[in-house]
Amino acid sequence: MASETIRALLEQAFPAASEVDVVDRTGGGDHFHVTVVSSEFAGLSLIDQHRRVNAALAGPLADGTIHELRITTKGAA
Amino acid sequence: MSTLADRTLSEQIRDVIETEPVVLFMKGTPQMVMCGNSDRALRALWESGAPITAVDILPDPRIRQELSALSGWPTIPQVFVKGELVGGADICQELAASGELRERLDEALGVDRQQTLKTVALALT
Repeated sequence: MASETIRALLEQAFPAASEVDVVDRTGGGDHFHVTVVSSEFAGLSLIDQHRRVNAALAGPLADGTIHELRITTKGAA
Repeated sequence: MSTLADRTLSEQIRDVIETEPVVLFMKGTPQMVMCGNSDRALRALWESGAPITAVDILPDPRIRQELSALSGWPTIPQVFVKGELVGGADICQELAASGELRERLDEALGVDRQQTLKTVALALT
């Protein structure tokens, strides 16, 4: 369930994304690996790309829904 | 002269970030790493020839709160080079694999740097 919430938040934050992937790494619903591929990242440094993802998931990060978050971002379409 | 203990946690964190060449805020210590992500960042830094100053955030939850308030970065670990946030475990690992981390360290600290590993404990009141 948390995976779907996270996916929805990412799709909302990155409407131009060509790929949004959310993996529940442990099956426990709180360790996630998210991948976002979007042209919106073009020209942004890696840290700024990750900052955008962190910002999109600020809610579940703050309330503990996400205990651990791995991020992979790509600027290419 | 003020000692560490006279300073707020936030001031101490800022001091460490501003004075140490490379700071790794982590769960546990390099000798006893308590989290796989902290371990990934530690290894990435070490393989890239970084002198590392490690700060364990586990002794008090306020350390993480104050750190994230300062950095705007929500998760642990966090790596700073010359006062600037480089990122967390994923970024460090990616930059280490591409060689960019070593390049950044060369640029910031020089290629002749000594590789040291130390731990700094914050004063908790």
